[in-house]
Amino acid sequence: MIVYVVQRVLLTGLMLFGLICITFTVSNVAPSDPAALAAGPDATRDMVETVRREYGLDKPIWEQFVRYVSDLARGDFGRSIVSTRAVGTELAQYFPATFELVALAMGLGVLVGVPLGMLSAVYKNRPFDHLVRVFAVSGVALPAFWFGLVLQLTFAAQLELLPTSGRLDIASPPPPPVTRMFLVDSLLAGDWQTFADAFAHAILPAIVLSFPCLASILRVNRAEMVEVLSADYIVAARAHGVSPWRIVAVHALRNAMLPTLAMIGLRYGWMLGSTVLVETVFDWPGIGLYAVSSAIAGDFKPVMGVTLLIGLNFMIANLVVDLLYGWLDPRLRAAQ
Amino acid sequence: MAAAPLLAIHDYRLVFDGFEGTAHVLDGIDLELGAAETLGVVGETGCGKSVLAKSVLRLLPSPPARVVAGSIRFEGVDILAANDRAMRAIRGPRVAMIFQDPATFLNPVFTIGQQLLDVIAAHEREKPKAERRARAAMRAHAVSLLQQVRLPDAEALMGRYPHQLSGGMRQRVLIAMALSGAPALLIADEPTTALDVTIQAQVLRLIADLVRDLGLAVMMISHDLGVVASTCRRVVVMYSGTIVEDAPIARIFAQARHPYTKGLLAAIPTLAGSAAKLSGIAGSIPNLIAPPPGCRFHPRCPLAVERCRAEKPALRDFGGGHRVACHRAEES
Repeated sequence: MIVYVVQRVLLTGLMLFGLICITFTVSNVAPSDPAALAAGPDATRDMVETVRREYGLDKPIWEQFVRYVSDLARGDFGRSIVSTRAVGTELAQYFPATFELVALAMGLGVLVGVPLGMLSAVYKNRPFDHLVRVFAVSGVALPAFWFGLVLQLTFAAQLELLPTSGRLDIASPPPPPVTRMFLVDSLLAGDWQTFADAFAHAILPAIVLSFPCLASILRVNRAEMVEVLSADYIVAARAHGVSPWRIVAVHALRNAMLPTLAMIGLRYGWMLGSTVLVETVFDWPGIGLYAVSSAIAGDFKPVMGVTLLIGLNFMIANLVVDLLYGWLDPRLRAAQ
Repeated sequence: MAAAPLLAIHDYRLVFDGFEGTAHVLDGIDLELGAAETLGVVGETGCGKSVLAKSVLRLLPSPPARVVAGSIRFEGVDILAANDRAMRAIRGPRVAMIFQDPATFLNPVFTIGQQLLDVIAAHEREKPKAERRARAAMRAHAVSLLQQVRLPDAEALMGRYPHQLSGGMRQRVLIAMALSGAPALLIADEPTTALDVTIQAQVLRLIADLVRDLGLAVMMISHDLGVVASTCRRVVVMYSGTIVEDAPIARIFAQARHPYTKGLLAAIPTLAGSAAKLSGIAGSIPNLIAPPPGCRFHPRCPLAVERCRAEKPALRDFGGGHRVACHRAEES
């Protein structure tokens, strides 16, 4: 098991290095001259050259790369041209908001998707299964902006149950920043009122974000469960008199969870990279909006920073999935 | 059989509904099994012997399986009408089953101990509250079961996963699971087919010893007359969903009456006659969707006459526990 863990961690480190190479290469082959961009549109030739020297852009490419990596190691992602603030600081501000949303959406996706998929497999081709199938297909098919607007209209405008947008009520101050995730920070501060407010604001965007994810988790889990439920060891468990629900929820689910876990890991990365629509509709100041507005402004460093951060998260998610795989399936531990 | 039989199957007819039509898998099975009786069920692939075994525990998925007629009674309980709760009280505690391929019949992601304890705990839940054992007692029971099937180092084995065990060890674990509820009837569905020959002999000896020591009734499904001969006193020969012959094992080898049984016996290679070409039975297994009318064996039968094509032969008693379903049984 230890060998397995070490192997996975090393592999993740290797992937991270690959990702850094890619972002570095992209920023160097991109058509615009970073020095000219940094110096601004009205800069003279001399000013551009000065900037070039200042940023070390006149040095050989391998030196630039070493500098890029050592900067990253110190958490220096460079500066944003638009805001002139350090990209690291901005990421630390926007990322927790997105992460909070994605974590909620993921929780919803797993907690609803896995049981529904399981039940769907148990009642295969019965009315319940058909109903769930319609639900799952709409989850994949409904565009996020439309679904978000409909939810806002229904629950915020008409029923007035939930707030329309934003992370908190305008009147209530944000909790003292520790993680910058309002739900966590308000809990740390013991401020239940702010927690309730933050939670009410997060419900609708989390539902919209999680719907496609929930649907794909559900479908994968259903397909796996259908297959596992016809396995020989399930027949044997029945023959030995184990109760039907225990067979489904313990004996079969653990086996069916393996491919479902892989899907969950993929969906996590996918969600992080696709929050922009939900963030726009719900006016959620997250990393998606930050990346898109920076890209439109031709502001390179923030885009690279976001790419690296999402990539890193993706890798961590896959590492966690790999480790869970090893925990769930003893055969993997032995195979190493 | 003096008292009521342990297991009584009467005129049991089962079909499988499929895209190509309805397959008549079991066609009027009549079979009784007494307490502590050892019965072998032999026949070629597709004759319905495994389906019959699974029917007793109602393990067949439905659809496609559908019971058309007949009854199965175990200790007086109507298996076909019993509800799920009643079935659970039978599966494990009264009738246990071991299977063909021990590699696929153990759950790969749980330890041997977890699986064994799970089965034991399921049986405990069938008991009244006051009689249920504590977790530690169940664990001790699990270890003693592993020792009973002659597995070495049972304590350490509890923490192992199925893939860490050999085929023979896995089959022993499955046998231990089957014995955990102290059943009255053990159904063994080709328990040695997936094992190599030396392990096969060990497992068969183990089953034979356990059956003798515990006084179990056995229904041993096999395509191998040799396997049946080494563990059972009585044998039923099946062909295409029907019982063609039922006799004490010695009688089958000495004076088989059904042409199909004779064909099977002639197909067994002998140590002495290695020079002679092995004889087989001409033709192939009949289509179960449109089975031959009359006797299902008549297209392959060397003795077939006009009557065999028109009329299905009934199982007739020839005395001494010997039953044959053949119009021309007297002639042989």
